[in-house]
Amino acid sequence: MTDAPATPAPARARALSRWGGVLRDVMSRPSGAIGLTLVVFHVVLAIVSPWIVPYDYRAMDATLMLKGPSALHWLGTDHLGRDVLTRTLMGGREALLITGIATPIAVAWGGLLGIWFGLVGGRADEVLMRVVDAFLSLPWILKMLVLIVTFGTGIEVLIPTLAFFYGIPVIRIARAATHDVVARDFVSAARARGHGRITIIRKELLPNVLDALMVEGAMRWSWMLLAFSSLSFLGFGVSPPTPDWGLMIADARGFMSFAPWGVLGPVIALSSLIIGINLTADALAKALGLDRAQKAPV
Amino acid sequence: MSAPMIEVRGLSVGFTGRSGATLPVLRDIDLTVAPGESLGLVGESGSGKSTLALAAMGYLKRGLRRLEGSALYRGEDMFAKSRSELEAVRGGKLALIPQNSGQSLTPTLRIGAQLGEALRLHAGLPADRHRARVLELLGQVRLPDPEAIFDRFPHELSGGQQQRAAIAMALAGTPDALLLDEPTTGLDVTTQAHILELLREIAAERGMAMVYVSHDLGAIVRVCDRVAVMYAGEIVLQGSVRQVLKAPAHPYARGLLASIPRLSDPALPVALGGRPPAPGQAGAGCAFVDRCAIAQPRCRTEHPALTPLASGDAVRCHFPAEAQTLPIAGQGTASDDARGEAPVLTLDDLSISYSRPGLLDRLMGRAAAVPTVDDVALTVRRGETLGLVGESGSGKSTILKTVAGLLGAAGGEIRFEDTPLPGVVEQRRPDQLRRIQLVFQNPDDSLNPRQTVAEILEQPLKLYFGLSGQALLDRSTEILERVRLGAHYLDRLPGQLSGGEKQRVAIARAFAAQPDLVLCDEVTSALDVSVQAAVLDLLDELQRTQGTTYVFVSHDLAVVRALSDRVAVLYQGRLCEVGPSDKVYGLPSHPYTEVLLGAVLEPDPDVAPRLTADDVVELSPPARGCAFQRRCPRKLGAVCETDTPPWHMGAGGHAVRCHIDLADLAAAQAPAQDAVKKA
Repeated sequence: MTDAPATPAPARARALSRWGGVLRDVMSRPSGAIGLTLVVFHVVLAIVSPWIVPYDYRAMDATLMLKGPSALHWLGTDHLGRDVLTRTLMGGREALLITGIATPIAVAWGGLLGIWFGLVGGRADEVLMRVVDAFLSLPWILKMLVLIVTFGTGIEVLIPTLAFFYGIPVIRIARAATHDVVARDFVSAARARGHGRITIIRKELLPNVLDALMVEGAMRWSWMLLAFSSLSFLGFGVSPPTPDWGLMIADARGFMSFAPWGVLGPVIALSSLIIGINLTADALAKALGLDRAQKAPV
Repeated sequence: MSAPMIEVRGLSVGFTGRSGATLPVLRDIDLTVAPGESLGLVGESGSGKSTLALAAMGYLKRGLRRLEGSALYRGEDMFAKSRSELEAVRGGKLALIPQNSGQSLTPTLRIGAQLGEALRLHAGLPADRHRARVLELLGQVRLPDPEAIFDRFPHELSGGQQQRAAIAMALAGTPDALLLDEPTTGLDVTTQAHILELLREIAAERGMAMVYVSHDLGAIVRVCDRVAVMYAGEIVLQGSVRQVLKAPAHPYARGLLASIPRLSDPALPVALGGRPPAPGQAGAGCAFVDRCAIAQPRCRTEHPALTPLASGDAVRCHFPAEAQTLPIAGQGTASDDARGEAPVLTLDDLSISYSRPGLLDRLMGRAAAVPTVDDVALTVRRGETLGLVGESGSGKSTILKTVAGLLGAAGGEIRFEDTPLPGVVEQRRPDQLRRIQLVFQNPDDSLNPRQTVAEILEQPLKLYFGLSGQALLDRSTEILERVRLGAHYLDRLPGQLSGGEKQRVAIARAFAAQPDLVLCDEVTSALDVSVQAAVLDLLDELQRTQGTTYVFVSHDLAVVRALSDRVAVLYQGRLCEVGPSDKVYGLPSHPYTEVLLGAVLEPDPDVAPRLTADDVVELSPPARGCAFQRRCPRKLGAVCETDTPPWHMGAGGHAVRCHIDLADLAAAQAPAQDAVKKA
């Protein structure tokens, strides 16, 4: 061969270039472009909002209780006379921080456990899956409330709790994806060569299961945001006066009949973020070829 | 000649590539098929043959569009018809039989109901006559017991029976034109031969026009009158079957013929190097120029037109007379290598069972199921190739998996050199693992799509030899060059390689371990015939230079003949015949070997298959007696059902397991063989 022996591109650089391509693909789809824009907007907002909001989120003004939108208060004021716009802009910070840490933890532990049992199989796998099924059959809010009532609220309880509960469905997805890969000949080839299980997981399974885990992670993130907001709504999430969408909706819903602007801001903010994540997950699944209905034209 | 039934005029079809350019898939196609005539379309994968057949009924896959030309059926342009007009014709008078009929039948509808549906749509029969007509159709496709088949679901039928049901469905609308897209690919040899005979008979009875798409010239020759050879979206040669197969005037057709392994010839086929241009990549000249042995400067600049020849065929080549000098039969070297006597692998009374008796079975004292593979004793000597042949379900791949340690044996012993080999990989020593390597059937499945070629080769090199850094890179490059790929392949992913290149990487990975024994599981069956020849040639070269021992599993008897020194024939997991290739392929044979050999389709209009047994698929081997008793054309009687047949030893280590002894078998088989020779 005439070509000079090319040094193979380092695996890391190649993986990055692949994800670069996936990102371009996601952005080229309408759902991906809209979804990712919404998500990035919310994340950036959560980081910079303390510096751009017009008022102090704690500043109460008894003269301005439940006033409608005006030039000074674009989204009106709440029952304590606080600026709704300020609180809406800052209301996603806690939610994004907590779910942003809990989601990767959930995907990591659920994913690894699922891959391990998907590869090993046998009786342990059967028992684990029945436990997972039993667990998933209970209403999530009940399970979560039990833990929160036992250990209290606060970020140090909420993150492990959410990470634990949302890791369980990931076990299932990872196990199913692993089963598809384990049945393929390249895994048999690795077994026949005599590779250990850890090498097989690292080299053969993980790179092929990662796509499914990424999409699953995005879906889990949106579910977790909903769960967190529900907990806040019930009074188990963040404590006042910290602004939070779930808490704001809970506070404002009593006045909804005559001061609807109180719920409007947080509802739009929360749903746009969740819709954004779902649209991104959808486009990501298509870009990664996990969407079976999607076929190449030729 | 009457008016053509199907006519394609100047048809070009293409799609828009990523760059925005229009890339042609079919280029300027002209063909006609008259009533009662059958035309074969042959070519490598990607040549556009299936696209052409579908375009003939006005259908294009998503993303494709017609660039120019027309596809006429009974003089009417199918591309000009409205959706409802097309629906009235398609499936009725113009019917398609697809490759995988198991997938084209609705799994939740009984066969009778599916055919009734086709009748309702296309035949306009009153509903009370449907049943009678369906039974008649099932009979016409020679399905045994139509009454029983009527009430079955598709999954309750064998592959061959499903294909017959699909043919019956296509016949429901009494079509006058039939398009067949690889209708027998993926079926067993005997089933394939039976289906082809059926198609031949149906075509003759009904005077239909047929377009038969296949990569297999052996199948084309059985059913077609004329053949069109396709290359890179063009018809490069068109003529009578006899003319195209015996004296083709195009270099590509000659190369294709030479790359087909033949049952009658123990030599390796000659590979056709290179690969066809991708859509839009063919230059201004002839599309075949880069692979052509007789290419001239003119071939690069001037596109040849399809020119009629005096012999009645038409060829797209500037130098048809020169092309006639190229060889069309394998003139490769016979696979003949120095072999030692020392056994590398010994299977002793091996039995393998998929179903293990459950706790309940044991408590109830129920007998364990009959093992899938039983009583297999084989010896493979150093440096030789043992071919393992049989139909699907014969247990040949199961035996390989057991030798590789991926599947435990139920009984018996596997010895590697002189030491017993533990059953599963986890118990084997690293040294034993290294020295036995496995190459799988489908490289798409055996190469991790997320690993580059470098990472794939690194697995065995790191594991067995602890190589790293520059030493690893040097060794990987060396191995790639040995399989005739270069260092520039190292950073490619399997998705960026062609089928043949992928299989070479898979072979390179096996040879990276410096094995003594390589187990090849149908390694060429997922490849095009020209690529297959190159892979066989590579395997042969590696064996000669490395002294490697092969166990080569295939359902293709001609491929096995080309590569193997000795052959073992399996039926239902039981050995029927073992011996040197020339003995097994000669007389006398075990009756099953005789059936298999008779069903092989040779790409030769003068050799017809001999069908001596039904293509019934058996799901489990009989508990007693001979494994082949139910299908055997030479069955003696009760003794075959009760007693395990004895081994009869012939000359040169030839052994046949049958109740009939060798002399009687030879006497019974000789007349049939003579008849073939005379014909």
